Amino acid sequence: MRIELEKRANPSTFFSVLSPFLALGLTVLAGGIMFALLGKDPISALYSFFVEPLLDVWSLHEIAIKAAPLILIGVGLSVCYRSNNWNIGAEGQFIAGAIAGAIVPVVFHDWHSPLVLPLMLIFGMIGGALYAAIPAFLKAHMNTNEILTSLMLVYIAQLFLDWLVRGPWRSPDAYNFPVTRDFAPEAILPELVSSGRTNLGFAFAIIAAIALWIMMRYTLKGFEITVLGQSERAGRFAGFSSKRMIWFSLLLSGALAGLAGISEVSGTIGKLQPVISPGYGFTAIIVAFLGRLSPLGIIAAGLFLALTYVGGEAVQLTLSVSDKVTRVFQGLLLFFVLSCDTLIQYKIRLVFSRFGQSSEGGAH
Amino acid sequence: MSAVGASGGSALLAVRSLTKLFGSFAACNAIDLDIQPGEIHALLGENGAGKSTLVKMLFGVLAPTSGQILWKGEPVRITSPGAARRLGIGMVFQHFSLFEALTVAENIALSLSPGISLSKVAEEASRLSHLYGLPLDPKAHVADLSVGERQRIEIVRALLQNPELIILDEPTSVLTPQEADRLFETLAKLKAEGRSVLYISHRLEEVQRICDRATVLRHGKVTGACDPRKETPASLARMMVGSDVASVSAAGTNTKGDVLLEARHLSVPARTPFAVALKNICLKVRGGEVLAIAGVAGNGQGELFDALSGEYPVPDASAVAIRGRPAGNLGITARRLMGAGFVPEERHGHAAVPALPLSDNLVLARNQSDRKTFLAGGVLGVIRRAVVRIASRRISETMDVRKSGENPAAGSLSGGNLQKYIVGRELDRQPAVLIVNQPTWGVDAGAASRIRQALVDLAREGSAVLVISQDLDEIFEVATEIAVISEGRLSDVYPARDLTREKIGLLMGGMYGKTEGEVADAH
Repeated sequence: MRIELEKRANPSTFFSVLSPFLALGLTVLAGGIMFALLGKDPISALYSFFVEPLLDVWSLHEIAIKAAPLILIGVGLSVCYRSNNWNIGAEGQFIAGAIAGAIVPVVFHDWHSPLVLPLMLIFGMIGGALYAAIPAFLKAHMNTNEILTSLMLVYIAQLFLDWLVRGPWRSPDAYNFPVTRDFAPEAILPELVSSGRTNLGFAFAIIAAIALWIMMRYTLKGFEITVLGQSERAGRFAGFSSKRMIWFSLLLSGALAGLAGISEVSGTIGKLQPVISPGYGFTAIIVAFLGRLSPLGIIAAGLFLALTYVGGEAVQLTLSVSDKVTRVFQGLLLFFVLSCDTLIQYKIRLVFSRFGQSSEGGAH
Repeated sequence: MSAVGASGGSALLAVRSLTKLFGSFAACNAIDLDIQPGEIHALLGENGAGKSTLVKMLFGVLAPTSGQILWKGEPVRITSPGAARRLGIGMVFQHFSLFEALTVAENIALSLSPGISLSKVAEEASRLSHLYGLPLDPKAHVADLSVGERQRIEIVRALLQNPELIILDEPTSVLTPQEADRLFETLAKLKAEGRSVLYISHRLEEVQRICDRATVLRHGKVTGACDPRKETPASLARMMVGSDVASVSAAGTNTKGDVLLEARHLSVPARTPFAVALKNICLKVRGGEVLAIAGVAGNGQGELFDALSGEYPVPDASAVAIRGRPAGNLGITARRLMGAGFVPEERHGHAAVPALPLSDNLVLARNQSDRKTFLAGGVLGVIRRAVVRIASRRISETMDVRKSGENPAAGSLSGGNLQKYIVGRELDRQPAVLIVNQPTWGVDAGAASRIRQALVDLAREGSAVLVISQDLDEIFEVATEIAVISEGRLSDVYPARDLTREKIGLLMGGMYGKTEGEVADAH
């Protein structure tokens, strides 16, 4: 016996639309079972995980703060994935952007000017883009696999940041703690509203998502991305260059990840430290797929995954479960999103008969 | 036995209401077929009529959904190619399954039961091959052999099993006319020995020449069983297509204008180990001319298209000239802006993106040549979808593209209708130069005739048309000039009226008499 996936002739449009919600429902269900197995009351656990954070202004701000980098990175990744470039190193580009942006407030800490913040943001984007340029160059000119190179560069970025804050960039006033000096006030991303900590980073995320939505939907560039993602050969026939698209998509997603990185350290942390991200770059992959690689969907998906971070912290405190609960939920979610999408496109067939062996021969 | 009826009683192989469903699509729908001992039976039908599905069921490659197969009057279940061979059915596939690095004898031994010594296999193979007029050197490496010789290996391999029925799937599609003639002699010998042959083809002329009876399929159903010699090509075509096919008129294409497309000593090294290098190709196409490039598949047609279209430009600018201006080093967009249009061979994933709607596939080919019409917003490049949709509708109407909705996904169209759209997309902008690779490959006869007429009409209006095709019928229908490509070299260009099939066949086998002897006798 073996299992075959057979493409459905007419995948249901209804279920295709429903798929992300189906995945959410299944995630909640599986999460409830997990809480029950941990000996917690699943209803109240799920309530404090998913509902309580929404009832409190402070945690709504926390959600917006955590959604900002997820959305910013996620929309950049959606352009990559749509054009068939599998950048999974956004975490590294996030860190590279944070480091490059921090050059101004850390190295030139005596320079005070209203130009500091814009320069930091620009440096952040350049840093992220340059870091993404490494896998782009390797793929476009050396034919290497960008999945491997971009992923491996994440670890290099993480360790480089670690070395920086313990070594050359360590603050002289921090009693040997591995942190840089605190950013000066003019290097801090301003808050958006008076009610809480949500900063300009969230606005960047929404603007980027809407801009990319317009690009994908209405412009020739968006069309080029779609065509090259579906068929490189057809793209070449149309006069589009897949090499240029490798550069474009990786530089764009790298710049957005870098902007997310510098916004995070400037708006939320206020300095560099060994760990500046709870895995935003990887979680954004889930965000991109949960949002169906559509920039507007990614806004919703980013807010939801931000909720899993905030909810995870909440249950960690109230129910004293492990901090890995957040990761489990995110993993479940990605699993269910991908399997719902797969099963809407394909049906599972169990093959028992001996005809099964010969049907493979029918392929040629 | 009585249920089988009088006609099936003496048949070697009889098929009763054989059906194969793929999902809800019936590739074969209640097929009845009888093959008598010692006859050459043709299975006729257009691409997609269900011929290959039917024979795959007979050879145990696919399992029928319902229906019965009778072998010498007994119901049988053919569950694998091995079971088919044991019954006495041999098959020669359209695409060969040979290891290029091994010798002929080794390839043959692979299909036999283990334990037979290689020298014995070689001896038997060379005995059989001479008996049936299929000269083969058992020690030759497959990589060094021509397509025709490779096909002989497959035939000898089938004959070694001493089959009573041999199935040949489109055997002549890869052969030159001369190679095909030798194959027909072999088939006549097999028939004389009392063996049966099931001969699959869509070429009417050869079916009429060699087959005793024919079964015609259309859309998975039997639409006729006849003696092909008593039919006319027109009546056979009607059974295949279901309606009369308009003949293409080439009248009025003898005006000669300026040279609009030219290749000068175009040489391109092979891009991959499986590609063919182009060697010193020279051609000129004037306005009003249709230059057809004939050749057996895999002799550099795709590479020539890539170089002429600019999908893969060449360093030497003067190697290709469009309307008298050098274009060799320019990409496809620049060449389109110079007035050229292109139709590649592969529809899905090259000429069109199957998942995108037709209107987007119009933008695919014309996003720069019609930039002013289709795009707005300057550098932003906003696609004016309403304008594109109107142009798309115009193309569909002009070319009679039949589709399931206003603007369906390209992949949902049948091959013929999508090809009409892809050709119409270029014709709509009246290109001065049109380069088409395999214009009617896998296309139904009605659409093929529509497309060929459109190519001729374009030339009549003064454009230069270059058609790369493997189909000699098509070439004689549309061409004013003919050249032949072989192993990446192009022959001289001859006026179409000066060439015969035989002459083209000689050119296909090699160049300028240098290897004509080789074609006449491979060893």
